[in-house]
Amino acid sequence: MSDQRAILLLADGTTYHGKAAGKIGTTIGEICFNTGMTGYQEIFTDPSYFGQLLVATNAHIGNYGISDSEIESDSVKIAGLICKNFTVPYSRQQAQSSIQEYFEKEGVVGISDVDTRAIVRHIRDKGAMNAIISSENFDLEDLKQQLGAAPNMEGLELSSRVTTKEAYTMGDPNASIKIAVLDLGTKKNILRNFLSRDCYVKVFPARAGIEEINAFGADGLFISNGPGDPGAMDYAVHTAQAMLAEDKPMFGICLGHQILARAVGIPTYKMHNGHRGINHPVFNLLTGKSEITSQNHGFGVSPEEIEKNLDIVEVTHRNLNDDTIEGIRILGKPAFSVQYHPEASPGPHDAAYLFDQFVDSIKERMNGGVRD
Amino acid sequence: MPKDTSIKSVLIIGSGPIIIGQACEFDYSGTQASRSLREEGIEVTILNPNPATIMTDPMTADNVYLLPLTIESVEQILKEQKIDAVLPTMGGQSALNLAIECGEVGIWERYNCRLIGVDLEAIELAENRELFRKHMEEIGLKCAPAMIANSFLEGMEAAQEIGFPLVIRPSYTLGGFGGGFCFDEEDYPEMLRRGLDASPTHEVLIDKAVLGWKEFELELLRDAADNVVIICTVENFDPMGIHTGDSITVAPAMTLSDTAYQEMRDQAILAMRSMGNFAGGCNIQFSQNPETEELIVIEINPRVSRSSALASKATGYPIAKIAAKLALGYRLDELKNQVTKTTSAYFEPTLDYVIVKIPRWNFNKFPGADHRLGLQMKSVGEVMGIGRNFLEALQKACQSLENGRAGLGSDFKEWIKTDDILHRLENVSEDRIFRLKDALRLGVPRKTIQKLTKIDPWFINQIKRLVDIESEVMKFNVPEDLPEEFFRQLKELGYSDIQIAYLLRVDEQAVTKQRYKLGIRRVYKMVDTCAAEFKSDTPYFYSTFDGENESIPSDKKKIIVLGSGPNRIGQGIEFDYCCVHGLKAVHEAGYESIMVNCNPETVSTDFDTADKLYFEPVFWEHLWEIIELEKPEGIIVQLGGQTALKLADELTKRGVKIIGSSYDALDLAEDRGRFSNLLKELDIPYPNFGTAKDADEALDVAHRVKYPVLVRPSYVLGGQDMRIVINDAELERHVLSIFKKAPDDEVLVDHFLDRAKEAEIDAICDGDEVHIMGIMEHIEPAGIHSGDSSAVLPTYSLSVATVNTMREYAEKLAFALKIKGLLNVQFAIKTDKETGEDKVYVIEANPRASRTTPFIAKAYKVPYLNIATKVMLGTHKLKDFTINPQPSGYAIKVPVFSFNKFPNVDKQLGPEMKSTGEAIRFVKDMTDPFFRELDRNRSQYLTR
Repeated sequence: MSDQRAILLLADGTTYHGKAAGKIGTTIGEICFNTGMTGYQEIFTDPSYFGQLLVATNAHIGNYGISDSEIESDSVKIAGLICKNFTVPYSRQQAQSSIQEYFEKEGVVGISDVDTRAIVRHIRDKGAMNAIISSENFDLEDLKQQLGAAPNMEGLELSSRVTTKEAYTMGDPNASIKIAVLDLGTKKNILRNFLSRDCYVKVFPARAGIEEINAFGADGLFISNGPGDPGAMDYAVHTAQAMLAEDKPMFGICLGHQILARAVGIPTYKMHNGHRGINHPVFNLLTGKSEITSQNHGFGVSPEEIEKNLDIVEVTHRNLNDDTIEGIRILGKPAFSVQYHPEASPGPHDAAYLFDQFVDSIKERMNGGVRD
Repeated sequence: MPKDTSIKSVLIIGSGPIIIGQACEFDYSGTQASRSLREEGIEVTILNPNPATIMTDPMTADNVYLLPLTIESVEQILKEQKIDAVLPTMGGQSALNLAIECGEVGIWERYNCRLIGVDLEAIELAENRELFRKHMEEIGLKCAPAMIANSFLEGMEAAQEIGFPLVIRPSYTLGGFGGGFCFDEEDYPEMLRRGLDASPTHEVLIDKAVLGWKEFELELLRDAADNVVIICTVENFDPMGIHTGDSITVAPAMTLSDTAYQEMRDQAILAMRSMGNFAGGCNIQFSQNPETEELIVIEINPRVSRSSALASKATGYPIAKIAAKLALGYRLDELKNQVTKTTSAYFEPTLDYVIVKIPRWNFNKFPGADHRLGLQMKSVGEVMGIGRNFLEALQKACQSLENGRAGLGSDFKEWIKTDDILHRLENVSEDRIFRLKDALRLGVPRKTIQKLTKIDPWFINQIKRLVDIESEVMKFNVPEDLPEEFFRQLKELGYSDIQIAYLLRVDEQAVTKQRYKLGIRRVYKMVDTCAAEFKSDTPYFYSTFDGENESIPSDKKKIIVLGSGPNRIGQGIEFDYCCVHGLKAVHEAGYESIMVNCNPETVSTDFDTADKLYFEPVFWEHLWEIIELEKPEGIIVQLGGQTALKLADELTKRGVKIIGSSYDALDLAEDRGRFSNLLKELDIPYPNFGTAKDADEALDVAHRVKYPVLVRPSYVLGGQDMRIVINDAELERHVLSIFKKAPDDEVLVDHFLDRAKEAEIDAICDGDEVHIMGIMEHIEPAGIHSGDSSAVLPTYSLSVATVNTMREYAEKLAFALKIKGLLNVQFAIKTDKETGEDKVYVIEANPRASRTTPFIAKAYKVPYLNIATKVMLGTHKLKDFTINPQPSGYAIKVPVFSFNKFPNVDKQLGPEMKSTGEAIRFVKDMTDPFFRELDRNRSQYLTR
C-alpha cells in the first residue's frame, strides 16, 4: 500500500486528503459515484465512464484482483478512482494481477483513504461537478486553475473518443441474423449477448453514415451505450432517424436510448447526479414485473416531454425509486430502448430478456409476421 | 397484486424457549412481523410460551397466548379467536413443524384458516435432503454427491460409494443435531448409528464433504408475483465444515467477483422460484470451489431464518417486516424502503461498510463438552461489529464479545507455543481467529496457515497486516512518539486504546490522552441501505475513524440505555426485553432514548425501537465517546444485565449520572463483605461465609462456616464455577481450579443451606415506597441455580409468616440499599429440624432487572419494566401508577436446556446455570399433572 499522499479537489472548492492509489499523477474528470459492491473492473473499463472520476462506495476495492477476461473494453476508461480502501493483496485463482499493478500498467491515477461516504453525500446534495485528483502536485491554486480549464460534461460529446476507429465484424458470417451496432462506446458484453444468440454483428464507428450501415444489410439495428451528453450528438440523432426510417427492429441501450428518444423529438436533460450502481429497481409496465438493473447514466430522457408526446412514444419501464423513464417503445415502429444495462456486467441478469425480445422481433419479422 | 383484504386476523407462531440454534432472532422476526401486520390494520394473535420475548408483549400484539407449541394450544386459539390466516415462517423450525402437524390433523381446514407466507411442499422439499438434491439437479444446479440411508446397511453401502471424507446429516433435526464429518472407516459405524437415532424418521443423508470450499449465504425476499431480490450476501470466514451459526461471517462478500456473484445470484433466484409458491423471506447457502468457482447448493430455508436477523441488521433492510407484508399479498414494488421512506422496497441494499459477525460460545458452562466446531451448532449468541474496513469490523466484533478481549489480540491473552497454536488451527474451536493471529505473529508462513485452516488467503493477508503494523508500533516507546498519521491508521484498523497501550507497554489512559490531543476521535456513520445514494433519516449509527460525523445530537434531553451484549447462558433475551421496555418508557417520559448494543439478534437493536441506535460494542472506549458526543442526562445500567451494570463504577467516577440506584447501592449489593455487614445491621439472617485468597484460608473459612459449603470466584455470572463441596479434599481441588483460572481473584466460601427451599422476590422501589412485583418459590431445592430452577409464582408451599418475612426483608433491603428502580432478592428457607419453624435467609440481592422480571410482567399482565424505568428516571413515583396484577392460578417458569448439543456433558444440575431458555406454564392449582411431575423431580434432588 502506498504511503504517498494524494489530494482530491472539487470544482466547488471542497478538498479531501488521502493516499495515492495507482499511478502517481494528476487527473481531471466529472465526479460520480457507483454503489455496486462487485464488478469494479467492468466499471473501470466501461466506455460510458469515459472522462469520469469514479467514487466507489464499496468499502474495499481490489479484493479479488484483476482478471483479463472481465473487461468491457480494451482499456480503462474512467479518468480516475476515488475509494476508501484500495486493497492490493488480492485472492482469486482466476485473477492475473493486483489492482495496483493494473492501474500502473493502464496509467490510472487514484486516491484512497478518503471519506467516500462524505463525498457521496456532498455530491448527492450539490450535484455532479468536475474534480481533480493529484498525487504529485499539491499546489491548490495550480490545481484549481487546471480544474477551471476542464470542460463541463454538459454539452460534451465524447463518443468519438471511445468508438471504434474502423468497422469490424464478430461472430459467424453465416448466422441467420445480422445486427448492425452503432458504437457510441459499446460494452463488450452487449456484443457477447448478441453472439450468444447466434447473431452476426457488425460494429460501426459512431459517425458511420446510414449508407455504410445499410450496406451491411442488417436484420436488426442497435445503438449502444456510451459517454457524454446526448444533447451534443446531433450526428447520432440523424443516424438514428435514418435507421428508424428503415422500419427494421431497433434497440437502444443507455446513450442509445437517449439518442432514440431524441430521434423522435424527445429531448434529454442532465440529471442531478445520475444513477450508477447495480441495484436500481425498474418496473416493467408491460408485464407488471420488476427487475433489478445495472445502471450508469448522468443524463435522462425528459418525462415532461414524453407526457406531451404519448402519440409517438410509449413508456415501457419506470424507475421505482424516482419514477424516471427507464424504457420506451416508439409507436408504429419496431423500435424500443432502455436507459439501463440489460447486458449487466457488472450487475444482475434480470433484464437479459430484452436481448431475447429484440432477437425474437427480428426473427418474427424475418418470418414475415410483422407486428407493429 | 395488492394486499389480500380478506385477511383481517393473523396468528403468528413463535419459536418457543431459547435453545442453541433457535434464539432471540426469532423474537426479533416475530415482533417485526406483528408490528408490520398491525400497520395494515390486521388483528394479530401470538402463540409463544417464551415469557422473555417482546413478541408476546401486549404492546406488540392484540392477543397473546403464552401456551406450549402444541396442537391443543392452536386449537384453543382457533376456538377463541376468529383467525383468518396463520403466518408460520417467523418462528424458526419449531413454528413450521407445528404448522405442519396441525395441517396433518386437519386443524387449519376445520377452522377455515389459511397458511400464508409459506408453501408446505416447498418446506418438505427443502427439508428432505434427497428430494432436494434431485430437485436441484432437475433445474440444473449442483449439490454435493449424496445418498440417503434408512438403515445401517444402506449407510455402510453409501459410504463405500461416496468415499471419505463425508458428512452424515440426519433428516429433520435442528441445527445439525446428530450429524458430523467422518474422515475414515473406523469412526463411521458409530457415527452412522448416532445419526440414524437422531432423526425422527430414522433417516440420514450421506454427503461428500467439500471441506475447504468457500461458503456463502444469500438472504432473499420473494413476492407473490415471483419478484426476487437479494438483500444480503454473506461470506463465511470459516470455510465449509463449520456450521454457519458457528462461523465468523462477513458482509458484503469480500472475495467475490461480479461474475462469480452474479452466477450465484442467478442460481439463487432460479432455485427460489422453483421451490413451490410462497411469498416471504428465504435463505440459500452455496459452497464455491475456490479453484474453479464451481458452485454447489448446500441448503435452502424457505422461511425467515437466523441469518435473516443478521442480514437485517447488516443492511438496515427489515426482512421480517417486509416478509410479513409480502405474505399478505403485497408485491415488493408496492412497498417503500423502510429506511429511506422515499425509495422502493424492491431493491438490493448496498453497503459502504463491512460487518463481521462472531458467534459467542459458552463451553465453560459444559465441562466435558467437545469444543471442536463442526456441523452441529454450539454457540449460544453472537455479536456484530461494523467498520469502514474488514479489520475494523473484525476488531470491533472482538471487542463486543465480552470475553475479556480488547480486540484481535495484543491484549495479554496471546498464546506463545507454536505447537499448541497449530493444533488449534486444525482442531477448530471457539478461539481459532485469535490463534490464527498468534500463528502469524510467531512467523508461521501464511501458506501453512492456509493449508491447515483452508481460510481464504485474502482474510489471512488482512490479519497479517495487523501483525505487521504491530511490529511497527513496538518500535515506539510512548504514545507521544507515534506519528499522527500512523496513530490514526491504528485506530482505523480497529485497535482499542488498550491494545495500543499493550503494544507500547504503557497504560491505557496515556494512549487515550495523546489520541484526544491529536484529535483522533470517532465519527458516526449511518446504516442506510443505500450507501448514502438517497437521503435517509433512520437513526441507526456505527462508529469509525473517518472524515465526517453524521450523528448530530439533538437538543433534547437524552437517556442512554446500555444493552447486554451477546446472549450467553445466564444473560439472554430477558435483558433485551427489559431494554426494549426501558427505551419505550424513556421516550414516553419525554427524553430521547438512545440504545447502545452489539447483538444483532435483538429487538433492542432494531432501528425503530430506540429514538437513536448506536450499534457499538458495549465496551468502555466506544461507550465513552458516545457519551461525550450525546451528553446524556444519564445512563440506565439496570436493564442490561451484568454487562451494563459493571460499567457503572467507571461511569460514576467520570461524573456520569447513573439513572436510578446509584453506583454505591450497586456496589453495596455486589460486594460480599459490605453486603453481609448490611444484612447484619438490618438483622437479616444470611448463610455464614468468608473470603479466601488461597487454599489454606479457604479451608479455615470452611471449617468456620461448616460444611457443606458453596465455593465460587468472587465475580460470577450465571453461577460460573460455583460448586457445593462437602469435605476438605473436594474444597482444595475446586479452590485450586479457580485460582488456576484467575490467580489474583478471591474465592467466596458460603455455608450451604442443605435441603433448603429457595424463593425470590422482584420489587420496585422509588425511595418512598416498595412495590413487590412477585414472590416466586422454586420447586427445586437451594443449590440448583435459580436460572435452572422451576419458579412458581406466587409461592405454593410457604407459610404466610414466611412470605411476610421475605417481604419485610426485601423492603428493608430496598430502602437500605437506596434502590431507585428494580431489585431482585433471593432467599433460602430452611426448616428447623427440632422446632419445625422456617427460617428465612437472604442469599443475594441484585439491584437490577432480573431474569424473572419479564416473567412476572407476563404472568400478571403488568408493564413492570415501564413502571420501573419511569421510577428510575424520577419522572414518576409508584403512587402515580395503578398497578393491577391479574394472576390466573399459578405461573411456572420452566427452564429449557440444549444438552442434546453436547452429548458427553454432565446433565446434572447444580449451582452453575446451564439452561439456555425458559417457558412459562400456567396451572390452575397444585393438582395439575405438569406441576406434579416437576414436584416429583424435586424429591430426586433432595435424596441425591
